[in-house]
Amino acid sequence: MKLLKLTTFLVASAFATQLAAQEAGGRLDVIVQPEPPGLMMGLTQNGPTQMVGGQIYEGLLRYDGDLNPQPGLAKSWEIAEDGMTYTFHLNENVKWHDGAPFTAADVVFSLGFLDGTHPRFRANYAHVDSVETPDDYTVIFHMKESYGPFINAFEVGSMPMLPKHIYEGTDYATNPANSTPIGTGPFKFDEWQKGSFIHLVKNDDYYVEGLPYLDEVFYRVIPDAASRAVAFETGEVDVVPGGAVENWDVPRLAAMDNVCTTTKGWEFFAPHAWMWLNNRQGPTADKRFRQALMYAMDREFMKDVVWNGYGTVPTGPVSSKTNFYSDDVTHYTHDPEKAKALLAEMGYDGTPIRLLPLPYGETWARWAEAVKQNLEEVGIKVDMESTDVAGWNEKTAQWDYDLAFTYLYQYGDPALGVSRTYTADQIVKGSPWNNVEGYENPELDKKWAAAAVSASNTERQDIYNEIQKEIVDDVPVAWMMELEFPTIYRCGVQDLISTGIGLNDGLRSAWIQK
Amino acid sequence: MAILGPILGRLLKAAITLLAIAILNFFLIHAAPGDPAAVIAGEAGAADEQMIADLRAQFGLDQPFYVQLARYVGNVVTLDLGYSFRQGAPVLDLILDRLPATLLLTLTAFGISLVGGIAMGVAASARVGKIGDSLLTGFALLFYATPLYWAALMAVLVFSVNLGWLPGFGYETVGANYTGLTRMWDILSHLVLPASTLGLFFMAVYMRMTRASMLEVGQQDFVKTARAKGLADPIIRRRHILRNALLPVVTLAGLQAGQLVGGAVLTETVFAWPGIGRLMFESLAARDYNTILGVFLVSAAMVIVFNIITDIVYRLIDPRIGHKA
Repeated sequence: MKLLKLTTFLVASAFATQLAAQEAGGRLDVIVQPEPPGLMMGLTQNGPTQMVGGQIYEGLLRYDGDLNPQPGLAKSWEIAEDGMTYTFHLNENVKWHDGAPFTAADVVFSLGFLDGTHPRFRANYAHVDSVETPDDYTVIFHMKESYGPFINAFEVGSMPMLPKHIYEGTDYATNPANSTPIGTGPFKFDEWQKGSFIHLVKNDDYYVEGLPYLDEVFYRVIPDAASRAVAFETGEVDVVPGGAVENWDVPRLAAMDNVCTTTKGWEFFAPHAWMWLNNRQGPTADKRFRQALMYAMDREFMKDVVWNGYGTVPTGPVSSKTNFYSDDVTHYTHDPEKAKALLAEMGYDGTPIRLLPLPYGETWARWAEAVKQNLEEVGIKVDMESTDVAGWNEKTAQWDYDLAFTYLYQYGDPALGVSRTYTADQIVKGSPWNNVEGYENPELDKKWAAAAVSASNTERQDIYNEIQKEIVDDVPVAWMMELEFPTIYRCGVQDLISTGIGLNDGLRSAWIQK
Repeated sequence: MAILGPILGRLLKAAITLLAIAILNFFLIHAAPGDPAAVIAGEAGAADEQMIADLRAQFGLDQPFYVQLARYVGNVVTLDLGYSFRQGAPVLDLILDRLPATLLLTLTAFGISLVGGIAMGVAASARVGKIGDSLLTGFALLFYATPLYWAALMAVLVFSVNLGWLPGFGYETVGANYTGLTRMWDILSHLVLPASTLGLFFMAVYMRMTRASMLEVGQQDFVKTARAKGLADPIIRRRHILRNALLPVVTLAGLQAGQLVGGAVLTETVFAWPGIGRLMFESLAARDYNTILGVFLVSAAMVIVFNIITDIVYRLIDPRIGHKA
């Protein structure tokens, strides 16, 4: 019965897409916040750069909302049974925006380029032994070992394809072409008035027949959150990406006529929020104290009030949207009495702890206040230490905190976006994104490593189940929320979000119903 | 020509002051926690040691502090503001790119506040103690006490969202590609809200100062003399009282003019005005050292230039200044 329903639904939705004939033309105004420092995706990897650059540049693969790989610049691919070779067949009619053809040589060049500039790529590429290009449109990766998550590493933000003919032999960082980026994507860079807008225009020679539909896209820079909400209200912009307005403005904007919202388009990133708990010193070094924190907090309340109901309370380190998730773990419900008992058992002496909120706007400040209140209810003294983004980076990277808010992307696979927070080889001062809490568990380290290189998905699932069960009892960090960032847009904008990275590569199929 | 000598002296002092400010700025910026490499790594959502080390080497941050300072001073002396690696452009280009928008906003606001403030101050002083005076003073107090940020948001809410008369933000209509007069008119309509919000605050200040100063000068003996010899009241006000009452107003205007480059951060932020204040604020948050130092230096230069201009204006208004007794 269930299966039947699903089939009907699939057929129905297939009909629906066909029935609505896409109309070409039109202009889309999207908010970009904050203004990106640059658009060259090989050099800059921050969020706004990916959102704008993802229309200009492309990766070999795209990923749907369930994280299944889809054709991108590569029209097809094969993975050897033993997971030791990945073969990609490139589309043959792809041109760079300046007219030069895109070939396997560009792929090889991009790999070398990114190996020097892109830390996340570098970590994946370390599993590659050699790359072979038997002809202009075939690329074969020979692996050092089977590495399951590799197939998730070809998205535009993780591995953007860069033009060899423009960058070869130049100083990448100061190449003047960085300010007029050239990619293969559905939109071409036209103009950037710093502080005002970035203008992209349709790529008429795009290799997918009929795409894109839109004539032009304006990314609007509006630095004040309240003004961004007003810009949507007055019709100046059509799309407010997730996180671009404060949460309490979302219901007001969503209630407007002809306005739609969706939380889709973040599945690949699955932003996971937690508080770093300093495992090295102070009360947070005691496992019982960390468990007490989990019981003391009413995370459901925080979700409902601070985040207006958007999001999911996580069960552990892996997001429920990420592959290999398991919920067979200890569940930390709101239980102040249990928290007090644990604190009494460890003999907590009332030493105050420092809490470092994430300086990303009012929502995050209120979240920290809610935590402080919950913790003080069970007798933990909390000192709030607020700072700006650079100061926050410095404090977390130098381990100068007791509790510190953060959130990280998971990139579809625990080996890509989860294990980096918990394995001992990731304990290195100077980065705010590795094992900042200082958690050491040699047994689990072995399991993380084994799971990453296992060729069998069933085996990987088994190992990740064990890891999740065990690590949730240790509470190396306090998992707060699977964040959901609603995208707000005019209902007339169709097919805006069709992939697991949403707006970052979605405009190629977006069209406006007239 | 009595003006020229002192000015040359001032210019020399100005150059030395500027250099001292530049060095001080350098120390201040480096005292803030974090550096541009850490911020860039932080924004990337992933970072390893190699990335941060590469960036530091690229920015020259791996050099000893005194080497960095010496390089910076060398650049300043040769009027080279350096390169913003974050934005991938020379700092001078970034500043020049933003300068017209900022000057348009701040000069308009400056004009509105100075002319409006003096006019209101004169009008209020002529009706001192009467209902007109109370009204004007009341208005001024209201503008003076209202936080700029709030006033700006309310202006957007009323005139842009509810009434739909004026655009609420931006410098011009994006993507309209207007030219000539249409474009001028378009920019002007975008300018109204930010310039008046910014202008009203200072208008209130000038109004109160002009009024107080007019009343004070009006009590002095030479005004009584002028009255006694039978001069008409408007002439006394204009020639005898106003001219003398203007000196403190000019002092204040000189101070405000010094902030023309960097003093409109809030207004620029709320109205999404692509000016230098925002460039400075965003660069500060990103610890983009070269850009912040560049903006600071230009701002400091503006303060010094306007101090000199203020001095000249003093001499024009009151010829007694500068004459050795």
